[in-house]
Amino acid sequence: MDPELIKDCVHCGFCLPTCPTYVLWGEEMDSPRGRIHLMAQHVEGTPVTPEMAGHFDACLGCMACVTACPSGVRYDRLIEQTRAVVEREHVRAPGERAIRELVFTLFPYRRRLRALRLPMRLATRLRPFLERVHPSLGAMAELVPPPARPVRLPPRVHAVGRRRATVGMLVGCVQSQFFPQVNAATARVLALEGCDVVIPPRQGCCGALSLHSGRDARRFATRTIETFERAGVEAVVVNVAGCGSSMKEYAEVLKDEPGGWAERAAALRVRDLAEYLVELGPVAPRHPLPVIVAYHDACHLAHAQGVRSQPRELLRAIPGLELREIAESAVCCGSAGTYNLFQPGPARDLGDRKARHVLATRADVLVSANPGCSMQIAAAMRRSGEGGMRVAHTAEVLDASLRGLGARALGGR
Amino acid sequence: MSDAVLDRLAVRFAELLPAGAVITDPVRLRTYECDGLTLHRAMPGIVVLPETAEQVAAVVRLCGEYDVPFVARGSGTGLSGGALPRTDGVLIVTSRMRRILEIDMPNRRAVVEPGVTNLAITEAVREQGYYYAPDPSSQQVCSIGGNVAENAGGAHCLKYGFTVNHILGLEIVTPDGEIVELSALDPGYDLLGAFVGSEGTLGIATKITVRLSRAPEAVTTLLAAFGSIEGGGAAVSAIIAAGIVPAAIEMMDALAVEAAEAAVGCAYPEGAGAVLIVELDGPRAEVEHQFTAVERICRETGAFEIRVAASTEERAAIWKGRKSAFAAVGRISPAYIVQDGVVPRTALPEVLAGIDRLQEEYGIRVANVFHAGDGNLHPLVLFDDAAPGEGERAATVSGRILDLCIEHGGSITGEHGVGVDKSRYMPKMFTEEDLDTMQLVRCAFDPRSLSNPGKVFPTPRLCGEVPGVRKGVHPLVESGRAEQF
Repeated sequence: MDPELIKDCVHCGFCLPTCPTYVLWGEEMDSPRGRIHLMAQHVEGTPVTPEMAGHFDACLGCMACVTACPSGVRYDRLIEQTRAVVEREHVRAPGERAIRELVFTLFPYRRRLRALRLPMRLATRLRPFLERVHPSLGAMAELVPPPARPVRLPPRVHAVGRRRATVGMLVGCVQSQFFPQVNAATARVLALEGCDVVIPPRQGCCGALSLHSGRDARRFATRTIETFERAGVEAVVVNVAGCGSSMKEYAEVLKDEPGGWAERAAALRVRDLAEYLVELGPVAPRHPLPVIVAYHDACHLAHAQGVRSQPRELLRAIPGLELREIAESAVCCGSAGTYNLFQPGPARDLGDRKARHVLATRADVLVSANPGCSMQIAAAMRRSGEGGMRVAHTAEVLDASLRGLGARALGGR
Repeated sequence: MSDAVLDRLAVRFAELLPAGAVITDPVRLRTYECDGLTLHRAMPGIVVLPETAEQVAAVVRLCGEYDVPFVARGSGTGLSGGALPRTDGVLIVTSRMRRILEIDMPNRRAVVEPGVTNLAITEAVREQGYYYAPDPSSQQVCSIGGNVAENAGGAHCLKYGFTVNHILGLEIVTPDGEIVELSALDPGYDLLGAFVGSEGTLGIATKITVRLSRAPEAVTTLLAAFGSIEGGGAAVSAIIAAGIVPAAIEMMDALAVEAAEAAVGCAYPEGAGAVLIVELDGPRAEVEHQFTAVERICRETGAFEIRVAASTEERAAIWKGRKSAFAAVGRISPAYIVQDGVVPRTALPEVLAGIDRLQEEYGIRVANVFHAGDGNLHPLVLFDDAAPGEGERAATVSGRILDLCIEHGGSITGEHGVGVDKSRYMPKMFTEEDLDTMQLVRCAFDPRSLSNPGKVFPTPRLCGEVPGVRKGVHPLVESGRAEQF
């Protein structure tokens, strides 16, 4: 916890109303300003007490406060440093430790996730049992979307028409297992817009889960950099908000790593899909898609990467599509990476709140550019009993328009 | 106050309040040690987070029973230390009381709980074409309860008045724990008027009925860049002299602009010695007519660039620089003091020249942001808290700016309140008799000085002559000079 970064906070409180846990509980120590105060206490010599650790753990890492802060406090840096300190100094209860180990040995590995496919099918039925074993397991079971048909992506998808660029594509651990059709749509959209898409088959986890939880992400980062350096691409396009934001942080993560890693990280042009498509400019014709869409700002897209206008611009450009805004769009849905697994209580409350606002838009489709958010909000809508709403990724909506498939192609989940 | 008393009190609170609403863990308590003014800190003895007026009243009654002082706090954004806790007391935080209870559109009013943010009221009625007018720069976070306590202002108060002009009724918990309603319609003494701006010394507001104002038909925002503060000041005087009352006239000097630029990239004109933001609102024809006049005046007084916001987004961009200016100063200085003083508009040039002299004399930079229309200055005194002696010099400069304000017939606070920070300046503005008279009012509500003691008044007088808490009936009450409200 860098004291210099802590000092930047002038205690104005502008972050309070944007903080999901402050919105839920209205207490200072569960606000960014309060957590920075706790960090200051620790720097001054107060050990990490269980109470203190609890308030840091309760932070979703949504970065809404970073957007709101007029003083430019790097809360993102601060909380990452703090989580590392908590990991080192705070001894968690055995049950909690076991759940964390389970998640961190499972989720960043696509093959291990794949092995889970069959048991996952039983998850809904096993939920009451899992819930009794540990609330986190219950939350996991509730979040699992219905199984998607596996999609095999080729190592290279060729541009349709004149080639305008060669880009790499990160498939994501959770995305590729639970939402393979999003990756297929992403590759098609990029190709239709004139990109050769290189999809390295042996790519691993980008390290987002570890990085956002205070664990060492350097090995994941260097492997990912090597993979895409070898691919020989101009840019790496990422369709998962959480992955994109952590890949944009590589230079910082690797700044003390010998071997020029920081420079190599900086050379990697990482772009969110929507960000990249707007930079590139459209060439493929858009076919009408008469559908009402509510767009959800994923925190790691809106707050961490500042990507807000681009997905909206892409959606609005589709003839016949009506875009609706969701109230409290800057407040996190409660997914926040692993948050809904480790903190199922508040995650559930935030999910319910988000689902209410989403359903109030009376849109046909909820568009979200992060698999975590999609699962979280879909589960909350199922729970609400008010009938769900189809959930799709920006890429799927664009894909349906570019290929002229009509609104029905946006399959519900 | 002994810890044993606080311990017993905490147990009693826990019986009254929902789980998790009583905080006694020191690490947690310390996060409440200051409000928006970090200069003064005190770890509260206990923090409670009540959810209803009845809970607030019960907490206050228990405080009385145990002779323990209490302090109310909303979002903790105040800039005069009004919500500075007492180490021997209870901090009553209203941040969980944030329901909008009623929106009465035909009568243009809303009833809200004290923890509701200022902006949330506007957001709740915006679609119907209404808004809540007072707009402190912290409106997205500051609570309406805090606004009532401080009689908060804001950029648009020039035309529409301060909080006091927009409060129609209050439900308060008196310092002896009674729930009482005050209304603007009550005949007799204006107790509502006395309560608004009393900085927590007369009790705690638990329900607030606010006036909703109709959003103006047209709004035009203009940004004019001047070579110097004098040019901007001349424009302000000329605009007012022309009989125009803009919704807001705000001025920022070069240093404040630099800070805002660093923070939010507001892209104000380069090389400006002063930037003036003038907002006109009202019926379209009137706004258009006034706009022509304001534009002409700005040109005549030497504006080298004038921008007009063409859309809501552009207006928001212009205001963003101004509204984030205080916190933005954190980008150009390790530490700073936000000052709040008032001078007659006509004395602005002299006072600003005086501030310039202070800067030179003490080697301390001052950024100026002000509500120029009503002469409310917000000098931001910059210093490096790591440099030995600089903090003290900055404090001196900050204090001498207030002296300048008083010398020129102004006031030590325009809208941030006296709190703990400025109580020592009160004797410079008021005679002993004045202060004693104020104490009589306070004693009428709070004869035992339990409600936010140590704020507003420099030293305990009359009902608090003896520092600490008085036991039994107050002599003033006994003699019939004061009555407990």
